[in-house]
Amino acid sequence: MDSGFRIFPERGSTNAEGVDDLYFYLLLVSFVFSALIFILVITFAVKYRRRPGRERAARVTPQPALEIAWMVLPFALCLVMFVWGARLYVRIYEAPPGAMEVYVVARQWMWKLQHPEGSSEINELHVPVHRPVRLVMTSQDVIHSFYVPAFRIKQDVLPNRYTSIWFQAIQPGEYPLLCAEYCGTKHSGMTGRIVVMTDPDYERWMSEATSQGSLAAVGLQLFRGLGCSGCHTGAADARAPRLEGLFGSRVQLEGGRSVVADEAYLRESILDPRAKIVSGFQPLMPVFRGQLNEDDLIRLVAYLKSLAVREGRPDQP
Amino acid sequence: MTIPLGARVPENYLTADYRLRSWLFTTDHKRIGILYLISLTFYFFVGGFFALLMRLELVTPAGDLVQPETYNRLFTMHGVIMLFFFLVPSIPAVFGNFFLPLMIGARDVAFPRLNLASWYIFNLGGLLALASIILGGVDTGWTFYTPYSSVYSNSYVLLAAGGIFIMGFSSIITGLNFIVTTHKLRAPGLTWGRLPLFVWSLYATALIQVLATPSITIALGLIGVDRLLKVGIFDPALGGDPVLFQHLFWFYSHPAVYVMILPGMGVESELITTFSRQRPYGYAFIAGSSLAIAVLSFLVWGHHMFVAGQSVFASLIFSLLSFLVAIPSGVKVFSWTATLYKGAVSYATPMLYALGFIGLFTIGGLTGLFLATLAVDVHVTDTYFVIAHFHYIMVGGMVMAYLGAMHYWWPKMTGKRYPEAWGRLSALIVFVGFNLTFFPQFLMGYLGMPRRYHAYPPEFQIYHVLSSAGASILGVGYLLPLVYFLWSLRYGAPAGADPWDATGLEWRTPSPPPTHNFGETPVVTEAPYAYRLREDEGGSP
Repeated sequence: MDSGFRIFPERGSTNAEGVDDLYFYLLLVSFVFSALIFILVITFAVKYRRRPGRERAARVTPQPALEIAWMVLPFALCLVMFVWGARLYVRIYEAPPGAMEVYVVARQWMWKLQHPEGSSEINELHVPVHRPVRLVMTSQDVIHSFYVPAFRIKQDVLPNRYTSIWFQAIQPGEYPLLCAEYCGTKHSGMTGRIVVMTDPDYERWMSEATSQGSLAAVGLQLFRGLGCSGCHTGAADARAPRLEGLFGSRVQLEGGRSVVADEAYLRESILDPRAKIVSGFQPLMPVFRGQLNEDDLIRLVAYLKSLAVREGRPDQP
Repeated sequence: MTIPLGARVPENYLTADYRLRSWLFTTDHKRIGILYLISLTFYFFVGGFFALLMRLELVTPAGDLVQPETYNRLFTMHGVIMLFFFLVPSIPAVFGNFFLPLMIGARDVAFPRLNLASWYIFNLGGLLALASIILGGVDTGWTFYTPYSSVYSNSYVLLAAGGIFIMGFSSIITGLNFIVTTHKLRAPGLTWGRLPLFVWSLYATALIQVLATPSITIALGLIGVDRLLKVGIFDPALGGDPVLFQHLFWFYSHPAVYVMILPGMGVESELITTFSRQRPYGYAFIAGSSLAIAVLSFLVWGHHMFVAGQSVFASLIFSLLSFLVAIPSGVKVFSWTATLYKGAVSYATPMLYALGFIGLFTIGGLTGLFLATLAVDVHVTDTYFVIAHFHYIMVGGMVMAYLGAMHYWWPKMTGKRYPEAWGRLSALIVFVGFNLTFFPQFLMGYLGMPRRYHAYPPEFQIYHVLSSAGASILGVGYLLPLVYFLWSLRYGAPAGADPWDATGLEWRTPSPPPTHNFGETPVVTEAPYAYRLREDEGGSP
């Protein structure tokens, strides 16, 4: 991050390249149309200015063909923008399989970033270059927004919900991380940086980072400590659904509906088990809303996700 | 002009009665328009003052002039005052009230007492908003996003939201009044196809005001319920949904954007035709595009929420619908441009504002396409790019149109002419100052400068300095008309009934108009804008 004068932001991710190409198309269309309008307005205003001997306008008959043309042609150009923009947009919400996952907890006015291996960082995220990184994010208080201008990504971070987005850095370096949704007094101080490293550098950093054990391992301890394992035994006659292989699978609910067990579902089913009851089970599980903080929830979710991997399922839905 | 001894000044709405109570209890739509003009001028300069303090703070990257708490209140109050207490009422409340009955040949609006009530309701709302400022201000942003506004903010949220809640009713009443007036009180022969384009735009605006305003009334009411009773409608800790508020808020506030710009487009159509002495290029298309914008305005609110956590599918739909708005907006700009063709263009002050409007609205509209484009919006939403875009529409468009309307109709409203040279100078200063203020914001927006930042990284400073320099020029441009309009009240030359050689019924009565508008009810026998044309040269573009 240099502080020199620039009119164009640096590109740090695969997404940035795609967005910039589209941006140039938009700029081109805008320049052509504004130049057309400005030149016509100025030309007409000068050529047909009121002057002695030319106090009145001449008759002009509107041409329907022209009027149709200036409705259809711009809209056709707009459709290109729509399709192009939509394709890129859909992509930033669909992380490729095998993406590295980082959990983000936002609160007034700091970012906490947790690697699945257990190390956590404040206002700083170290990631390897050329590897897709998927962020699973939530907030402890108000709405924040995770914004990395160099990656052209932004996603609001909501309380009581997981949102996610992914990126793949293309160059080692440091890129500013900003909060883009107004979140109170020190909103403009809620900044940090993404440190993109080469693979060897990242391995070294990771080995030096302190860790209390992986998120999933700590999650397993919580799982036992909270008594979950008493019912979720995994046995066929257990009082609670089997959790091995759950993440990413489709769950049949009471009432005939079904739902894909993603992070949001796991989170909801821990906090408020009665919201979605698995078909064939009694609603016996206690409510954990207000009992668990976001960090512990993430550990539990990470543990449940690790059960899916152990079953040989891909770690992506 | 000296008045010969014994001659009587013809009585008009200004001279009918000089007592204060005759103003405070008036039901004359023209006097109510003037009352609104006075109120809105006050709010405009209050909101402008907050903007000035913000721009001063942003000259340096460090937050060194005011505390962050103060800065957050400045941008909130700037937004609240400018949007709800200037832009939303602006042209309809002042020029709509004054000129709608005159333009359709009526004696007054359909419900004159409700009309007066709307001004009182508006000011009651304004007083609550001002009280919240004086007590210490609000720091939620004008968007009042939950759960910050409903749980976390320690500022006068209820008072400010209450002010907007109340003000909404004045907006609904004005809209209702205009709809009924347009339907029921048109002069004989004034068919829908003969209505001035300004009336069409007021009509489209009124439809939105009546149908959309209840949504924000409800949204702000629910914030009040959440804050006072801890019900938790928007509070996730109690199982509420903060994003629901955004849906309710934008279901009003996106249509409200068109409430702000549609009347400006109507003014633009009047100015371009009058000052080129030309018939509008495609009357039906221009009138129809106003209605199309009003309808589409209700279908695009989700484009404010592409990164807010709504479903990807919803975002796709809202993006596509938002691009549809480009069609009627394009029709307007192309039609105005084509109206100049073979016209007899004068460079009077209102026309300079109108030509400036075309340029700024074009830039504002085209940059709207960037924001409708999903992947680009992800990057630029909540940055200065958005700030620049909507200021190009709201200030570059609407305030230019408002000032154009002021200069155009001032002679009719007061019977006095303002100094033309000063008028042209003000148009030039506003145009230059505006572009210098807001164009750099597009650049820093794409660079990634987030909005609502009290302190910012140093690489953005050059753009902020340019922007603040422009704002000081813009401030001069806005103060100048205030001075010479007031000056002209006393020293201005008499205007005459039709100083611009315009068509339209409002010019067929003396300036200022008599209390009952017309000596006898006018009868309309021809299409609007029937300017006498040269017969020697014709053709089409």
